[in-house]
Amino acid sequence: MVKLSIDGRETSASEGSTILDAAAGLGIKIPTLCALKDLNIIGSCRVCLVQVEGEEAPCAACNTPVREGMEVRTDTPQVVAMRRANVEALLDSHRSECTSCARVDTCALRKLAADFAVGESTCDMPAKGAWNEDFPLIRDSSKCIKCMRCVAFCKKVQHCAVWEPSGSGTGASVAVKDGLDISEAGCALCGQCITHCPTGALTARSDIDKVLDALLDPEVMTVVQVAPAVRAAWGEGVKLSREQATPGRMASALRALGFDRVFDTDFAADLTIMEEGSEFLEFVKSDKPRPMFTSCCPGWVRFAKLHHPEIVPQLSSAKSPHQMMGALVKNTLREAAEAGGKKRIFCVSVMPCVAKKYECDVPELSTEGGRDVDAVLTVREFDRMLRMFSVDCAALEETDFDSPLGLSTGAATIFGRTGGVMEAALRTAVSILEGAPASFEACDCTAATPEHPWMEKELSAAGLTVRIAVASGLGNTEKLLNALESGEVAYDFVEIMACPGGCVGGGGQPIRFNRELAKERTAVLDKLDAEDSLRMSHDNPDIQKLYKTCLEKPLSHVAHEWLHTNQEEWTI
Amino acid sequence: MSMILIDERSKADAKIVELSEAYARRVEAMPPGTCPIAVQAGLLETSAAQTCGKCTPCREGIPRIKALLDKVLRYEADRSDVAEIAKRARLLRDTADCAVGYDAGAQVLKGLESFADEYECHISKATCDAGTRQTVPCVTECPAHVNVPAYISLVQEGDCAGAVKMIRKDNPFPTACALVCEHPCEAHCRRTMIDAPLNIRGIKKFAVDTVGADKVSTPACAEPTGKRVAVIGGGPSGMTCAYYLALMGHEVQVYESRKKLGGMMRYGIPAYRFPRERLDEDIRAILGAGSIQVDYEHAIDAEEMCKIAGWYDAVYVAIGAQGGKTLDIEGADATGVMSAVDLLGKIGDDEYPDFSGKKVVVVGGGNVAMDCARTSVRAGAESVTVAYRRRLEDMTALPEEVEAAIAEGVEMLTLQAPVRIETDAGGNARALVVQPQRIGAVKRGRPAPVAAAKPEETIEADIVLIAVGQAIESAPFEEFGMPADRTYFEADGYLRSKGHENVFVGGDCQTGPKTVIMAIAAGKTAARNIDTYLGFEHELDCGAEVPPARPNDRTAYGRVNIAERPARDRKGDFDYVELPMSAEEAAQECGRCLRCDHYGVGALNGKGLGQW
Repeated sequence: MVKLSIDGRETSASEGSTILDAAAGLGIKIPTLCALKDLNIIGSCRVCLVQVEGEEAPCAACNTPVREGMEVRTDTPQVVAMRRANVEALLDSHRSECTSCARVDTCALRKLAADFAVGESTCDMPAKGAWNEDFPLIRDSSKCIKCMRCVAFCKKVQHCAVWEPSGSGTGASVAVKDGLDISEAGCALCGQCITHCPTGALTARSDIDKVLDALLDPEVMTVVQVAPAVRAAWGEGVKLSREQATPGRMASALRALGFDRVFDTDFAADLTIMEEGSEFLEFVKSDKPRPMFTSCCPGWVRFAKLHHPEIVPQLSSAKSPHQMMGALVKNTLREAAEAGGKKRIFCVSVMPCVAKKYECDVPELSTEGGRDVDAVLTVREFDRMLRMFSVDCAALEETDFDSPLGLSTGAATIFGRTGGVMEAALRTAVSILEGAPASFEACDCTAATPEHPWMEKELSAAGLTVRIAVASGLGNTEKLLNALESGEVAYDFVEIMACPGGCVGGGGQPIRFNRELAKERTAVLDKLDAEDSLRMSHDNPDIQKLYKTCLEKPLSHVAHEWLHTNQEEWTI
Repeated sequence: MSMILIDERSKADAKIVELSEAYARRVEAMPPGTCPIAVQAGLLETSAAQTCGKCTPCREGIPRIKALLDKVLRYEADRSDVAEIAKRARLLRDTADCAVGYDAGAQVLKGLESFADEYECHISKATCDAGTRQTVPCVTECPAHVNVPAYISLVQEGDCAGAVKMIRKDNPFPTACALVCEHPCEAHCRRTMIDAPLNIRGIKKFAVDTVGADKVSTPACAEPTGKRVAVIGGGPSGMTCAYYLALMGHEVQVYESRKKLGGMMRYGIPAYRFPRERLDEDIRAILGAGSIQVDYEHAIDAEEMCKIAGWYDAVYVAIGAQGGKTLDIEGADATGVMSAVDLLGKIGDDEYPDFSGKKVVVVGGGNVAMDCARTSVRAGAESVTVAYRRRLEDMTALPEEVEAAIAEGVEMLTLQAPVRIETDAGGNARALVVQPQRIGAVKRGRPAPVAAAKPEETIEADIVLIAVGQAIESAPFEEFGMPADRTYFEADGYLRSKGHENVFVGGDCQTGPKTVIMAIAAGKTAARNIDTYLGFEHELDCGAEVPPARPNDRTAYGRVNIAERPARDRKGDFDYVELPMSAEEAAQECGRCLRCDHYGVGALNGKGLGQW
């Protein structure tokens, strides 16, 4: 340990740690923009400047290692003036059109500019950068501050290296690798670059207009569904506490937006377990190449298709839950819609995800009833609409989702976190194999975390031994795939989520600069699961009813028509 | 008549001198990987500052071309802009009244041609060319890419053994490079912007002088792979390759044609520059690293090479450039005429010549010529003269070598081209006849000498040493089937000999005579590629950590140079000429390092340069 003082307060910090780390230990706040812990310590923005006694020039707190006896000052007028001047300099080449910016509330640069009382830039604003605006991921180079966080995260955590530093000298910037169009650059659409961008340079395509148009159309029956992980985070963007932001209040909030039907993707998650679980029980008895992979994460499906096409045949054929829901809605609600004088059904999914904006547009994901899902809103867009409609969320009564596509189990709720799909599948698979409810402990996968490449588990039921693994984050996924390929490990069933921590850490979730909220949100989902009276998908009475009235049994012909797909055929 | 001022310069001129010096230093420290168009724009900006504004093409043209270049730099230009640059630059070159204008135009046009790919990338891809990316200057300029900031920092921390380990990560000859490296790492040292380049070689020398390389343990070998590799030639390149292959767990057999290892470091560089016992420190460490067997005095002929290529899983041919080039002039076969390679080679086996009472003339202007001259002084020659056909400043020898030779009493006769060697009746050399030259126009970047309208001159000479280059004795290997172009072996960018899957070739025999560090770089590259060829991906741990960076000391200092023993003492013996750097001096020199691996663009390379 190294002893030093910061603003006159003695402290110690581990060798190799930085002034920024040591200050954080004392609760001393130093503003930052480019620094991203362990991933991007490049000292580029120069807003974390501090003074070190004996040094003639200020140092960047993020990349200056602590030294024995160091005396640091973070609070002098000189330091503040220099930080302020650098924020001003950043604004000189930033298109500060905050009124129309999706990041207006969460922009770290805007916050610093406001905190430092920086006036209007005297320079001409750069022009908006050119971009393929149809793609779900949008980049506006005129808002990029060249912090390289997207480059670092995409390469080091997500293994896609879509972004690269481009140009040099005063022309240095960030661009899609090899000058490619973003649609050809191997982007999985995890959206992590968006949630780690300090400004509005990276955003998800806004589909709010599409949804508003549907809501305005008297001939359209609007149906909305909401993903498991949304209930853990939606309150963040409308200033609700975790206690206030209950699923019941979320259902009421969706109704307040004027949707005709408010369903829960959790119901479809239970359905996914029935289909995917049955598929796995068939698979495990077959001699098909191991393992079978989950397929409910479209970021993962895109990653597989773009970077590991050889394993795509091993993906479960089950559609992702919201697509299943869309297919059910389009195929079972037509009569009800027409009875209500509606000509069409418009299905909206509120998702913690950017890749689902791509998924819902995949032409192959449709049935006789039309495309499964018509629009995907991120949680950020959902929260925006709530603000647009001036919904006083805190004052809302809690209500249930509409029936019959609204009742779900705790097993479905945990879909929103890494290990959840696997755990839900195990609960049902083991119960079916043994003919008795599985033990929750035996199926537990809460050990899954993006901090380790993957977790593994071996489970025996009715004489059958199953080896499973769970990974989240595409860098971790790459490691797991490499280990599988080299024969270092062998599994029967593998769950992959593209975003670190699963959908709770999704690229469509509310943004808090430099805060990784996946763990906190996971706790919300786990609590909901623990408190649920139903915790196994096959115990969901509405699911049982659905099979009885309509689908017959898992993997039936109708189930295949509506609920399964071949990802190899997906247009990318 | 009014009175005149004694100094008519403007008041600012005196101050501009200081600024110009800073300007020149900044240009000198141009980081590798800088966008050449940005450099061009900078040059043009300077031209704009220099224009007097009198004539049209210069006054109007330079700012307009500059604006267009800036547009290219912003990746906003199209082909018509570049055509416009060319048009205006031609007008500038062809019609400006003075050099401020016409040279500016010529430079722009030259750049359009030389950097055509870069322009194309700026226009069509809105970025710089793939290779145009700034890096850490010293690390990039070192052919072996030794992590210079890391070992300087280790020396600063007082961990000279750690520094040796860090150097060895990329170069197993820390002592050799401490004593004789041409230090290309210093060429663009960023410190130059503040005062002067770091004395990187000097710091390395301090490290190996403080703790002998053979006293610093080498990393543990990887598990034996069961693979066998033959290395032909035990010089810097071959032994570097052998060292890394051994660490990777391969079994290495070195074939050395001479009595001892070291190649030109022993048989080309005189002991006063590189004492044999210091070379042996590096070699001992290398031989102790892993499974390396050496067959001495074992020259390889075509037949044996054929067998070796079959017996071993891979072969690295690094036979160097051991042949002395001769001059094709009358009398070149006289007694007393010998090549530099012959002279220095014999000394390598401790056969010192006795030139007592002899007049020695050395032909050439490179480092080897200086080695011959200084060796002749030590061999007791009555007089030593270097005859060179260009000027002193055109010599390819390091300036400090030339200065040292002069200090030891060597006479430099420049602008003298050898014509013939006169002999006595017994066939002994008597004199070198030379044709005086005058320096002429620049050709291929160097001023070329042309015969002056002066009569031939005669320089008395009992001994004529020819130091005009080395040749590669490639015949047996060509016979085996390794293709060569004018005796230089041909290899691809991975050092694979063309047409042979398991034969790699590098060092002087592939590049022509170059430097020790370039030979080392080739050996390192070959080792890595042989490892890959054999189906492995060994990663070696050097056993030293990169110390955290300290903030830059921005105070300007003088550069600590390495002093030599007084000429009058050193010229009488073959003992080492350089004096050690003191701990005090080393500390100050290390403190000047700007840690470019941590600050500036180096930060973009991830966690320092520790792992790569």
